[in-house]
Amino acid sequence: MTGSISPAGPRPVAASAPRQAEPVLEIKGLSVDYGYGAAAVHAVMDCDLTLRRGEVLGLAGESGSGKSTIALAAIRLLRAPGVITGGEVLFHSRPDSGGASQTIDVLRAGDEQLRTVRWSEISVVMQSALNALNPVITIGAQFEDMLRVHRPDMDKVARQERSVALLEMVGMTADRLRSYPHELSGGMRQRAMIAMALALEPQVMILDEPTTALDVVTQREILEELMGLRDRLGFAALFITHDLSLLVELADEIAVMYAGRMMERAAAASLFYAPRLPYTYGLLHCFPPMHGERRSMEGIPGSPPDLRALPSGCSFNPRCPWALERCRREMPPLVTLDSTGRQVACWLHGGDATVPEELNMPDPLGRTGRAPEAPSPSARSLR
Amino acid sequence: MTATAVYKPSVTSAAPLVLEGRDLTKHFAVKEATGIFARRVPLYAVDRVSIGLRAGTVTAVVGESGSGKTTVARMLAKIIQPDRGQLLLDGEPVPRGRPRSYAAQVQMVFQDPFASLNPVHRVRHNLVRPLQIHRVVDDVEAGVDDLLRRVALEPPEQFADKFPHELSGGQRQRVSIARALAVQPRVLLADEPVSMLDVSIRLGVLNLLADLRDRERLAILYVTHDIGSARYLADTIMVMYAGQMVEAAPSATLTDSPAHPYTQLLLSAAPDPERVEPPSLAGSGAPPSLVRPPSGCRFHPRCPHAMDICSQETPASVTVAPGHTAACWLHVDPARRRVDGRAAPAASPEAPATYAALPGPTKPHHPEED
Repeated sequence: MTGSISPAGPRPVAASAPRQAEPVLEIKGLSVDYGYGAAAVHAVMDCDLTLRRGEVLGLAGESGSGKSTIALAAIRLLRAPGVITGGEVLFHSRPDSGGASQTIDVLRAGDEQLRTVRWSEISVVMQSALNALNPVITIGAQFEDMLRVHRPDMDKVARQERSVALLEMVGMTADRLRSYPHELSGGMRQRAMIAMALALEPQVMILDEPTTALDVVTQREILEELMGLRDRLGFAALFITHDLSLLVELADEIAVMYAGRMMERAAAASLFYAPRLPYTYGLLHCFPPMHGERRSMEGIPGSPPDLRALPSGCSFNPRCPWALERCRREMPPLVTLDSTGRQVACWLHGGDATVPEELNMPDPLGRTGRAPEAPSPSARSLR
Repeated sequence: MTATAVYKPSVTSAAPLVLEGRDLTKHFAVKEATGIFARRVPLYAVDRVSIGLRAGTVTAVVGESGSGKTTVARMLAKIIQPDRGQLLLDGEPVPRGRPRSYAAQVQMVFQDPFASLNPVHRVRHNLVRPLQIHRVVDDVEAGVDDLLRRVALEPPEQFADKFPHELSGGQRQRVSIARALAVQPRVLLADEPVSMLDVSIRLGVLNLLADLRDRERLAILYVTHDIGSARYLADTIMVMYAGQMVEAAPSATLTDSPAHPYTQLLLSAAPDPERVEPPSLAGSGAPPSLVRPPSGCRFHPRCPHAMDICSQETPASVTVAPGHTAACWLHVDPARRRVDGRAAPAASPEAPATYAALPGPTKPHHPEED
């Protein structure tokens, strides 16, 4: 074991049981291509994702894995040449007044119906707030515009008050309403963006690398604020990032994507302490630890695949130290492993293959997938 | 000697200094206001920073954006001329300008491998040029193959005839490292060499730099915002804040027992899945404007331990443990905290408590007891 992550530290497991909460956004069998016909690049292939009420679902993956494409497709913001080629996105809207929830198929919704969902029920925060905000009008004018369209019953005074309240909610002062986006620092811009995304009290917020461009201190401040707001307002968040170590701290559940496919999905603690997918294991060992002895780490050999020329079988097989003959021929399906409901797409699990010790650590949330056997001599560490 | 020696003297500290910058200072002129009120004002980007790079050692400079870390690297590369301060190569003052003899010793690797390689030329051309210009080897073809092998792009003939756009980000960054190695430099200045790369291939490039340090005894400067990777790669870490060097120590010492409140803030903000307690930020706010930097210690408006003196006088760098320096009044004996030569106002009663709050070898170190 060259791993530097010890399973020793008892990690407080989220007290809330998101698994029991009802789903608010369900993505089923979503496929997205860039381009048409034979030249099409399959950016997202047959992906399922379920976001439950009040949950933070982390979506991790490297650039080109399709994580942002999923988010854009889910609210139909995908631009040409992106084409949604299959699947459905179901949004289970719960009216403010209570009562039975109403299901909207986002991909088949008409313009009017889509308009009632976008921003008021599902809002998005992008990586670059400078591109997302209008550069030629003030922050206040942008709040005003949005509230005038979505809350026609508000008068000018009420809109002004709401704008001030929103800014204060994210730790900004009211005078910033008169600022233009370029006059704000990166962190302030992203805060303004979050305030705007929360203005209509959406049920779902999609955060696409919201803090990647920011410094660590600002990132931490914004994330703490965001999580506080989540506890208070109860929205569900789909948090997309390449920084798996951040997600482990933040998310209730994490889904890992590789080359356009969903490869593993588990509760954050399970994924961190007991990854089942070789790629997840490798990715977790790409972040040098902040404590303990310094030791050499190797990362993952090779580089992420070209989506135009994917290897046959499992897309990860050329970089996988445990690849079997079968991995080079067939793509493994995403299967449920055990009673915790965690899923993995890997031939090493659930078949006749011996599971390497590294991929068979005890799951902190439940019993292990398999009875702990003597470590197989053929188990190689991911060096 | 009061400070407990957690720090083990590094074998590399005896290695000779190759490149040294003393009191490097750079002020950029920026335009303030618009129209007829427009005027040019100085932006204090780097203020009296001293840094030494030793052979066979990686020195990391860590800081947030705008802290001046890239400006320091560029001054060391002589891409930017310092306003004040001195550059010494092997102890000798460096001549003015940017002579080719200097470039043959000190090379730089840039952040964005997508922008730093000429896109219309093949890898071979990008590597042949420095070999020819500096007349390093007679057989340039063999030289190219050798360079590609040194950065683990094998077999070399497979990579030499590719265009940069045909390579992945990690391979491109390896080519730009190979280009820097072409002149057989002794100092490599790497400015955020992995921050544009995919997570899974960053360690590969960091390991390549570690390998060059060990095998070829290069003195390497590693500029980064990621304190975790600095801890992994570097022998020594220097922390910059708002244009000033605030702390320097061997890397494990710095991350395990930070002495400066800003380093503590940085560490408390870094993602750390193994953290047992929920993260709590040791401080707040954003870096200051460098056009009007705060008086005294530039960190004092954000510092949870700030005292009266912190807003009045800039703290000098003090030794808190062997090889570990920090520029912070908390580490100066209360009796010696003076303003303008006069005795400082009596230390506030909470000052001793603040002392205790600092972890690690941060007990006050009194030079007179040495």
